Amino acid sequence: MSQPDNKTEEARSKGVLTADTIYRALLLGCASLIIVIVLAMLVVIGQGSLLSIREFGFHFLIGSVWDPVKGEFGALPFIYGTVVSSVIAVLIATPLSIGVAVFLVEQAPRSLARPIGFLVELLAAIPSVVYGLWAIFVLAPLLRVYVQPPLQAALGWTPFFKGTATGIGMFTGGLILAIMITPIITAVVRDILEAVPVTQREAALALGATKWETTKIVLANASSGIAGAVILGLGRAIGETMAVTMIIGNRPQISVSLFEPGYTIASVIANEFTEATGDLYLSALVEMGLILFVVTFVVTAVAKLLILSVGRKTRRTA
Amino acid sequence: MSFNKLLSLIFLGALLSTSCFSGRQGSGAIKIQGAGSSLINPLMQKWVSEYGNMNSNVRIDYQSIGSGGGIKQVKERTIQFGASDLVMSDADLKSAPGEIIHVPVILGAVVLTYNLEGIDQPLRFSPLVISDIFLGKITTWDDERIKADNPGVPLPSVPLTVVHRSDGSGTSAIFTNYLSKVSPEWKEKVGEGTSPSWPVGLGGKGNEGVTGQVKQTPNTIGYVELAYAVKNKMPVGLIKNKAGNYVVPNFETVTNAAAETIDETPDDLRASITDAAGQSAYPISSYVYVILYKEQTDERIGRTLVDFMKWGINDGQRFAQPLYYSPLPAGMVKRASAKIALITFNGQSLSAN
Repeated sequence: MSQPDNKTEEARSKGVLTADTIYRALLLGCASLIIVIVLAMLVVIGQGSLLSIREFGFHFLIGSVWDPVKGEFGALPFIYGTVVSSVIAVLIATPLSIGVAVFLVEQAPRSLARPIGFLVELLAAIPSVVYGLWAIFVLAPLLRVYVQPPLQAALGWTPFFKGTATGIGMFTGGLILAIMITPIITAVVRDILEAVPVTQREAALALGATKWETTKIVLANASSGIAGAVILGLGRAIGETMAVTMIIGNRPQISVSLFEPGYTIASVIANEFTEATGDLYLSALVEMGLILFVVTFVVTAVAKLLILSVGRKTRRTA
Repeated sequence: MSFNKLLSLIFLGALLSTSCFSGRQGSGAIKIQGAGSSLINPLMQKWVSEYGNMNSNVRIDYQSIGSGGGIKQVKERTIQFGASDLVMSDADLKSAPGEIIHVPVILGAVVLTYNLEGIDQPLRFSPLVISDIFLGKITTWDDERIKADNPGVPLPSVPLTVVHRSDGSGTSAIFTNYLSKVSPEWKEKVGEGTSPSWPVGLGGKGNEGVTGQVKQTPNTIGYVELAYAVKNKMPVGLIKNKAGNYVVPNFETVTNAAAETIDETPDDLRASITDAAGQSAYPISSYVYVILYKEQTDERIGRTLVDFMKWGINDGQRFAQPLYYSPLPAGMVKRASAKIALITFNGQSLSAN
């Protein structure tokens, strides 16, 4: 074998170097683009809401009157509605999604897992306005007739299920959100479970673990990934607009009862932005966007912290 | 390929494409952009396509983005004409970069619709009853005051649920404008606007949202544009007008409301015709306006717009009824024509051929 020519070697390494730099610069550019976009959004939204911030100050956050005709704006009912509907959605969707994912990866035969997996992905691709229309015409009447009356009969003594069961309100809003984020959480959790090495399962089974015990071990190993999936779903639930708007009742009030109508931040922006006349009104709506930013950030952070602490505990016991 | 080459290619491409799009077509097709009211959208689309068939070199695009949006875009001069079911406020007119005129082109109506099982005849409502229902003071269907309007009708003793629009809309503005006129309490507590603060009820997004919620939920009452109620075969309430008659909304009673108020209509044609006098005037009616600048910035576009509107308020009126709009009364066609004749380019009228 002949020694490679010194010159070509040098040139090649030089070429590799420049290619490496360009490659690195490109990646850095992509990553910083995200930061730039977020910052640009924050600046624009911040500027747009200045007028409203100056006018209402902190009162905007704790005010519960929203009356564009009289020029009074308070965000509290919307913050409440956004958080509560998203929490309902995640509480329903998380166990459901994990169940579906575990079934697909651990239990179902290939012939069944494939089509079901495909359907899950299909559900994720349905536009939210279609979910909303379906909710109005199918889900809401169904809930009003078959679900809400028995719930009210059994749990009517708690403050959560009081009021007229119309099929429209916070409960239905949370449920449609749950249905919408289930495919996303399921798809991600499935991929995570599939990434857990088969050797772990084989080892567990070899040690005489049952199928359930094996699954528990797999789930424990995948827990941080699953947490990420849930946060992804939570993020989507907070920002989801169309379907919720069509079904939540759009009433800016804070009511403990889940059968009462509520309102979310994203919904009020979608509802009123096109017809908002007057600078203060427009500015108040932009400030709602700013609050949505903050709410998303806080809720996601809290969720991450919660999961982190739970994760530590399980790791200690495991 | 070097980075520089790539950059210059991109730059060149960008230059080329902008120069293509910004180039004015001198003698080719005339493109006109309009936007605004969703109430008029079905009719406007019909007009645009019919007018396009007759004038093959004209392309008019209309986007249904809501009256407020239409007004905003006219003020920013991003479109050539807007359509609105609300008149622009004095402040709005003043802050616009030029003189804007309102041309009424058609009439629309807002109707009460409800979902009440076992009632076959249309229900009747007097103004204060409507106000009290939407104020949340009437909470059951067999309330004495609803009964008083509907003698002999077996109204069930069930809770009444109000459904209103949740999105800002001209429909809400017309409805609350009417309620403010007939009920001092409404005027004081709620007022009028595109997104008033509703004292009670569920909010549905868009006419289709309100229609859907009323249709799917028993014992509800809501308000929608006439076309939505008729097309969805929903019951429509009769409303007691100023003369004391219970009037059904249709193209005759709505046109009557306009005809009855024509003498009081000011010169700029900005008029509210809710709660109109007249034996058979439907009280929740409204003009839909085309809004545009009196002084046009492009002669060919201005001339086409003038021709399009002239056609709309004359020949175009025959498309109204099949789409559940009401034609302008003859007196208003005349006044609207006079308004169109005022549109100029460089101070020269665009109406003459």
